[in-house]
Amino acid sequence: MSKNIFLSLAFHSVMIVLTALSMPFMMRPPVDLPPILSVELIQITDTTSIPFAAKATETLEKIKKKQEEKKLVSKQAPPSEQKKEKPDRIPLPDDLDKEKKKIVEKKQNPKEVKETIRQASEFEKKELFDPNQIAALIDKAKEETAETIKKNEKLTQSSVKNSFANALTLSQEDALKAQIFGCWSLPLGLPYEENLLVRIKLKLKEDGTIMKSEILDHARMNKPGQGFYKVLAESALRALRICQPLRVPPTGYEKWKDLQLNFDANEMVKG
Amino acid sequence: MKWLKDNMKKIYFFIIYFLLLNNAAFGLVEVDITRGNLDPLPIAISPLYVEPGSVEVKVENDIIKNIGEEISKVIEVNFKRSGLFNPLKKDSFVQNPDIAHIKPRFEDWRLIKAQALVTGKVTITKDKLRTEFRLWDVVAAKEMIALAFSTTPDNWRRVAHIISDKIYQRLTGEEGYFDTRIIYVSETGEKTQRFKKLAIMDQDGANLKYLTLGNELVLTPRFSPKNQLVTYLSYFKNLPRVYLLDIETGIQEVVGDFPGMTFAPRFSPDGKKIIMSFAKDGNSEIYTMDIETRVVEKITDHTSIDTSPSYSPDGKYICFNSDRSGLQQIYVMKSDGSNVKRITFGKGLYGTPVWSPRGDLIAFTKVHKGKFYIGVMRADGSGERLLTENFYQEAPSWSPNGRVLIFYRETKSDADGKGFSAKLWSIDLTGYNERLVETETDGSDPSWSSLLSK
Repeated sequence: MSKNIFLSLAFHSVMIVLTALSMPFMMRPPVDLPPILSVELIQITDTTSIPFAAKATETLEKIKKKQEEKKLVSKQAPPSEQKKEKPDRIPLPDDLDKEKKKIVEKKQNPKEVKETIRQASEFEKKELFDPNQIAALIDKAKEETAETIKKNEKLTQSSVKNSFANALTLSQEDALKAQIFGCWSLPLGLPYEENLLVRIKLKLKEDGTIMKSEILDHARMNKPGQGFYKVLAESALRALRICQPLRVPPTGYEKWKDLQLNFDANEMVKG
Repeated sequence: MKWLKDNMKKIYFFIIYFLLLNNAAFGLVEVDITRGNLDPLPIAISPLYVEPGSVEVKVENDIIKNIGEEISKVIEVNFKRSGLFNPLKKDSFVQNPDIAHIKPRFEDWRLIKAQALVTGKVTITKDKLRTEFRLWDVVAAKEMIALAFSTTPDNWRRVAHIISDKIYQRLTGEEGYFDTRIIYVSETGEKTQRFKKLAIMDQDGANLKYLTLGNELVLTPRFSPKNQLVTYLSYFKNLPRVYLLDIETGIQEVVGDFPGMTFAPRFSPDGKKIIMSFAKDGNSEIYTMDIETRVVEKITDHTSIDTSPSYSPDGKYICFNSDRSGLQQIYVMKSDGSNVKRITFGKGLYGTPVWSPRGDLIAFTKVHKGKFYIGVMRADGSGERLLTENFYQEAPSWSPNGRVLIFYRETKSDADGKGFSAKLWSIDLTGYNERLVETETDGSDPSWSSLLSK
């Protein structure tokens, strides 16, 4: 008896497996071009800086979205390294400390920029994790914890790229970059041994003109021995003024109205 | 099914949680700008406006008609030579100097693609020359720096150099090097019988003066990094003698007679010692001498030939060349002679190391396969970069800001490969901006002074 049941089960499971395997083939629509198209698209955007016409971009984007997710996963660094904490877990003080360290380490320019400098920007103050509030956080437990995780997410490299991918397509990014490359006259006397990254946060109007610009590591401008930094920051601001209005996408204003440009002269100067 | 029902809450929670995460990812859009153009910065140098009623400037019997224009020309030449700036042609300027100095019409200057603008005003009374200048950021439409200098009229070139330095510093973030002088050995006559005189000039070649008569052989003049003192080597009755020369007063002083094969005396960074190499017991070693007390101290003690010492700007280390490994290579040691470390391991011979005033680099001459190279590397020997190559060139000397090197190059003076000529050349750290330094006669062994106005 049991043998029969066993046999029946075995055959049934084989059948199920076979069905499961064949199902996707059955369900696939007979003609489905988008995957092929989108592969091509990625190649184009990777190599060209010419933005697509607005309409084409929209339609292509729709097709692309599915593929882009896949592609970006492969491109990204492994997703954020933080522990997968349950949101209802109360964080221990040690955990919070670790988290804080992680935030600082994950910055764009990890070596030189000190915390004191980084906090000088108004924009960033809000985003930075405040170690003084650890006690408060422990008390408040649930919601607060969820929020810190969210903040971490924002600051890690991988998710930044993620957000970026959602706001600007590669070709749109290329168009913007190409425009600024042309406007930026690098000061030629820059030192070799220093960090040459200027981060500028912009608020843009819909037509791409700049409403407000702020240098994020502002305190570094007036530090002794960092005279070159002021010169570099000024050259970046000058580039933006010359470039105005920026070549932004015609749609999705909400996504790119706040834009951060990282002017990085390291590669150019150090080769 | 039961499981599903029981865990429905959890599933909902996870769905919402992931939606939230996704939402959080819509953060700030970041774009990395990693390229720009490396063209020299376009700068407009408006002629300085001379106030009406000013007297004419007389400098050594020459009457300078428009001193404002002359000053702006000197600044222009300085910037052109630096390779970092592109001074725009004056005939494209729309605005008059007098109005430009009060309030420039930035749109006009933007039109000719200027990114920076220099304006100024000169007031001349009988024995006073007052020069003021402003540097404008044309794109941002604001003033970047404004200064005024008063001096005697015959100092007008120095004023132009000081203004150049201030602008250079404001626009590049590092100190300028225009208000400086270069001392070199002026050479005339056939190759076998050269007359060598000490000559000094401004870094742009103006105000040339000869300091010795040419009846004695002079070699390797070197500026003190602190003040306007020069040490050099001269032969007196066929014995090498080290001299000190105060350029301001013209007073010369013998530091001492040394045995044969004395080479390249050079100052310590504080200007209190002279470091050199000589062969006391038949073998070349490095010695220092205190200028005040004349006490000589032996630094190296090795059976090989050690020459060409040069201090690091903090005075803690000395680089020199030695053949202790069999071939001539560059070594670094502590200033007391301990911790000797070889830093060059490349093919060929390395010599004449000179530590940059900024401290980060060492310049050297390299000989490889019959060619001479001037190059730089980090103080630990890494990052070697050869800046220029030729048949014969050597003796690099740093500009006070550590950005430009001056050296001399010997070539055949005519197309047939005959004759002989030695000229001074300068090259900056990029290796692209190589320029001939115009001198009246042939020249060798140049040395760059520190900033005069420091």
